[in-house]
Amino acid sequence: MRTYILKRLFLALPALWGAVTLVFLALHAAPGDPMDMILPPDLAGAAGEEIVARIRAEYGFDRPLYAQYLIYLGRLTRLDFGRSLRTHTPIVRDLARRIPNTLQLGVISLGIAASLGVVLGVLSAVRRDSWIDNSTMFAALFGVSIPNFWFGFMLMLLFGLYWRILPPSGFGGPLYTPEGIRHAILPALTLGLASAGILARFTRSSVLDILGEDYVRTARAKGLAERVVIIRHAMKNALIPIVTILGIQLGAVLSGSVIVETVFAWPGIGRYLVTGINTRDFPVVQGAVLVVAVSFVLANLLTDLAYAYIDPRVRYE
Amino acid sequence: MNERILSTTGPGQLTVMRRLGRRLRRNRGAGAGLVCLALIAIMAAFAPALTPHCYERQNLLNRLAPPSATHWMGTDELGRDVFTRVAYGARVSLLIGLFGSTGGLLVGVTVGLFCGYLGGRFDNLVSRFIDIMMAFPGVLLAILIVSVLGPGTVNLIVALTIWFTPTFSRIARGSVLTLRGKEFVEAARSLGAPHLRIIVQHLLVNSLSPIIVYFTLSVATSILVAAGLGFLGLGVQPPTPEWGAMVSTARHYLRDAPFLSIFPGIAIFITVLSINFIGDALRDALDPRLKSIGRPNAAHHRAQPGGP
Repeated sequence: MRTYILKRLFLALPALWGAVTLVFLALHAAPGDPMDMILPPDLAGAAGEEIVARIRAEYGFDRPLYAQYLIYLGRLTRLDFGRSLRTHTPIVRDLARRIPNTLQLGVISLGIAASLGVVLGVLSAVRRDSWIDNSTMFAALFGVSIPNFWFGFMLMLLFGLYWRILPPSGFGGPLYTPEGIRHAILPALTLGLASAGILARFTRSSVLDILGEDYVRTARAKGLAERVVIIRHAMKNALIPIVTILGIQLGAVLSGSVIVETVFAWPGIGRYLVTGINTRDFPVVQGAVLVVAVSFVLANLLTDLAYAYIDPRVRYE
Repeated sequence: MNERILSTTGPGQLTVMRRLGRRLRRNRGAGAGLVCLALIAIMAAFAPALTPHCYERQNLLNRLAPPSATHWMGTDELGRDVFTRVAYGARVSLLIGLFGSTGGLLVGVTVGLFCGYLGGRFDNLVSRFIDIMMAFPGVLLAILIVSVLGPGTVNLIVALTIWFTPTFSRIARGSVLTLRGKEFVEAARSLGAPHLRIIVQHLLVNSLSPIIVYFTLSVATSILVAAGLGFLGLGVQPPTPEWGAMVSTARHYLRDAPFLSIFPGIAIFITVLSINFIGDALRDALDPRLKSIGRPNAAHHRAQPGGP
């Protein structure tokens, strides 16, 4: 098991390096002058050449690309993301304040997705072609086809503005406070329901796949109760593909938070990124993208490790 | 299964197409999806004939008017007719959906075919690069590209092309790897067929079914992502009507004029749902094995929108 974990950790390194390098290349080596992102050309003209040259030197844009890259990597190892152009606060501090909020939202929405998706998926498989199956699969297709920002607004409109059961938007504090939970419900539902749809579809096919196996027939032939067959024999084996999808959904929830946090004014990484883009705050964009990209790589790693835990065959491969 | 369906040529091909057509016709979801999509395409193509209004013309005296006989979906914050803007918005969405996925298809399939066929160091290098791209969240990549290149239709299509390239490439490479050793490829090679002909006439043609299925689903994803980026202000720029941007502006009037956000949202939803219905039916028809035992398709769920 330890060798497997070490091997996976080692394999995650190139992905991590790739993500970090992609962010660098996108912002530094893209066509056009990266200075334009910091100071639009019309403003640069007004500021005068001297100031432009000073800013250029401050960001290292006057050096060759490889030198900029090395400086960038060096800074990252010290967790130095620079300062926001607008507020001048260190970006790492802003990020540290926002990460728990995004995590909070991610955990609840993934919880909704996992519980709803797996339960409905298993029910659909067991009662194949029944009304439960048909309506779940129909709802799942609806879930993946709804634009999440619009779905968020519709929930906000119904629960927040018409029925006034829940606060329409904003952050209510940590999850252990009632206000914190009340504020998290709508954004978490928005993020979680689409993932629940995808999970339900794959759980269904995974369970159906297993129900056709010989050992399930044997279990039934032994006279075991259907509930035991499903839970002890089928579910255990159906878990592997489900965990894969859950891992992918962890990534989807992370990137989905960019839009959902904007909809619900949720002070997380996603909203920080969008604010950075709108105010052309290039170091903020870089920092936020890095955090999400690295979490994505870590989510994939976590999925791989979960496999090994569930399926011993993976460990001894 | 896939190669058996499409590897027949001549009269056999006709039977295959007929069988595919029959399977598709039997699927009610696909029928409904096709009808809806056709209606949306007609709305996009004949938008000027469908409405007497201009999508840009403002009427500040008639702001936020609720739906009525003259303005079927009401008017927006500048007094523009919402139905007209939804109809013209279909042009933008369908265009981006189609071109973004086609870009990914062309680049990705070409790369994948060559990787699978050539193998060796080239394949190794490119595949590692593709792995790295897939380890990067798609939505974020699109946001990053558009925020660097600037918003606009062309840049959005470039971003979507870059997003879909890795998955198309993996699908094509995977198919080629299984086909490369087959007898008909060996036969073509021993007859002295040039590499390009083997790649196009034998390998590409026989890898088509998973590519077609993923292409359909990627059009749906493109439309969702384009709307999401439009919502964030990174998509098509005003005054061109775009569904995502319309929902974004409408949020300021959610309480007083909810219809402003409801209609463009429904338009996105119905378009994407129709394409997903067609995509699902195509998958079932082209590869019935998937339907009967339902093995998850890694390439497909990788491609699910990162949440849009």
